[in-house]
Amino acid sequence: MSFSFIKFRKIPLAWLLLTRQPLRLAVAIAGISFAGILMFMQLGFRDGLFDTSVTIHKLLDADLVLISPRSKSSISMSGFPKRRLIQTLAVEDVEKTAPVNLNYLLWRNPENLKTRSILALGFNPSDSLLLDEGFSKKAYKLRNPSRVLFDKLSRPEFGPIEEWFLSEKKVETEVAGKRVIVEGLVELGPSFGADGNLITSRETFLRLFPANPPGSIEIGLVKLKKGSDPEVISRILNNSLPNDVRVLTKNQFIEFEKNYWKNSTAIGFIFSLGALMGFVVGCVVVYQILYSDVTDHLPEYATLLAMGYRLKSLFFVVAREGFLLALFGYLPAYFSGQILYSVIRSSTKLPIIMDADKTILIFVLVLVMCMGSAAVAMRKLVDADPAEIF
Amino acid sequence: MVKAKKLKNNVKNLKTVSINNLSHFYGKNENKKQVLNEVNLNIDKGELVLLKGPSGCGKTTLLTLIGALRTCQSGDLTVLNNQLNGASRKTRQILRRSIGMIFQGHNLLRCLTAEQNVQMGADLIKGLTYLQRREIARNWLSAVGLEEHHKKLPNDLSGGQKQRVAIARALSANPKLLLADEPTSALDSVTGREIVTLLRKLAKEQNCSVLMVTHDPRITDMADRILNMEDGKIYGAHSELI
Repeated sequence: MSFSFIKFRKIPLAWLLLTRQPLRLAVAIAGISFAGILMFMQLGFRDGLFDTSVTIHKLLDADLVLISPRSKSSISMSGFPKRRLIQTLAVEDVEKTAPVNLNYLLWRNPENLKTRSILALGFNPSDSLLLDEGFSKKAYKLRNPSRVLFDKLSRPEFGPIEEWFLSEKKVETEVAGKRVIVEGLVELGPSFGADGNLITSRETFLRLFPANPPGSIEIGLVKLKKGSDPEVISRILNNSLPNDVRVLTKNQFIEFEKNYWKNSTAIGFIFSLGALMGFVVGCVVVYQILYSDVTDHLPEYATLLAMGYRLKSLFFVVAREGFLLALFGYLPAYFSGQILYSVIRSSTKLPIIMDADKTILIFVLVLVMCMGSAAVAMRKLVDADPAEIF
Repeated sequence: MVKAKKLKNNVKNLKTVSINNLSHFYGKNENKKQVLNEVNLNIDKGELVLLKGPSGCGKTTLLTLIGALRTCQSGDLTVLNNQLNGASRKTRQILRRSIGMIFQGHNLLRCLTAEQNVQMGADLIKGLTYLQRREIARNWLSAVGLEEHHKKLPNDLSGGQKQRVAIARALSANPKLLLADEPTSALDSVTGREIVTLLRKLAKEQNCSVLMVTHDPRITDMADRILNMEDGKIYGAHSELI
């Protein structure tokens, strides 16, 4: 193997051409890395938005979800009659149901007394709301009025709730101008729509938000018997229930939320455009570097052509330069991306992660960026006239 | 593939450079200017020929045509048994591998060491390993007296040393024909004579023909033939033997 390597080894012309001017190479790497970091950040935010927007959706203990047809997303939910949920029990495969109220209420930070909007979920503590096994114990505490469970992953602007609660200090504050006591902590996570979350009983929810009609709910959770097909039951329910309610499987409910952010708002487009800008900036940087490199070395390329080297061989040299630039530019972008993701996670609590899909996608984009720019720069090579060097 | 094989065989059966009534023009219509005017020339195998003449008389154009760097417009041009009239780009590219070229401006690759520059010539020889090609490069560097400078970049070499590297590079590809444009202009008289002696030795031992454009009077005694060129015509092509 090593023998073959030595046998077919050639002078690393592309590498030597690139490294002859270290400053220019450093500028090129910085430019490509910057473009890579920009793409990592934009796609990270975009994916983070889509992931965080469905954090609670994923945690709900349900096979089917009932919502109002007028609901657009978790930040714009409309109510529907609670009796529609009870009607679903007429279908044999339905095991149990759980009505849920959902709305944004004003939370007062108990430390600095400033108010901030928080997403509140109201449910019957005897029902199963979340997939978390330890949740039912915490939910039991909500049977007493004015008790809430606070999401400890909420942004710090809501106050040092976790710290106070763990120090066994009684955490009392106001929600929608009414006094509440924090009885426990849960882990849900903020989203682009909500900086924080709280869970309470329906009774407390209706007290905090008296404008909400008692017979109206925003979400109806339906748990099916084992072996039932959610798709089939969803179709049956959609056909049998009136038009003032819509039945979705849990996956459809998750997609419903994601689609809102993707299609109904400019956020997805903005982040994709940001990533595209990074790509274009990178293309311009690499093209400038490779074009000036080819122009600088044109007499040398012409000499090689005069010696009998093929134009195709010289194209490969430029292509290898493009590949090397992609590699050297991507690595700093990847490691910087990891650090920045970590900073964003700790400061915003958004679950922005460097997953394999993103890692590969951005490497491919950087590679396309460099090889595409190399391909355009190669056109200059055609100007290398070996007859002109005598 | 067949064409390339045929070309290879033709190179093996190399006899001469043969030019009959070769004319060449630059520009079009009223700007058309004739630089070569029905040139006739034969160069035999192993012959060292010097080409002299004033600037603009067509010497360089003739070199580029023989070196398969330009396409022929009029007349017959046969180099290493390859008819170059209407020859394809590919044919000319393959033929150039058998022709060594020494340029007045050296044209060394600035990012490569002296040894690597020479090896770029040796890399054109098929069937050799990397180590063999490097060995050839080192031998030629040694032959031009630069074995101690093999790791130096062109910027660290003097003009004369650069010229010797360029000569070593041209020779390392094992050429059958060597075209040189003022190869001794940057060299002192001793080195200049050494280089031409080397070229002459190569011409005789390896049957490599050498066509050298020069104005250097110090080396004229070493040529087999001296040609004078003026206004696109060659004088003394067949007669002026030294």
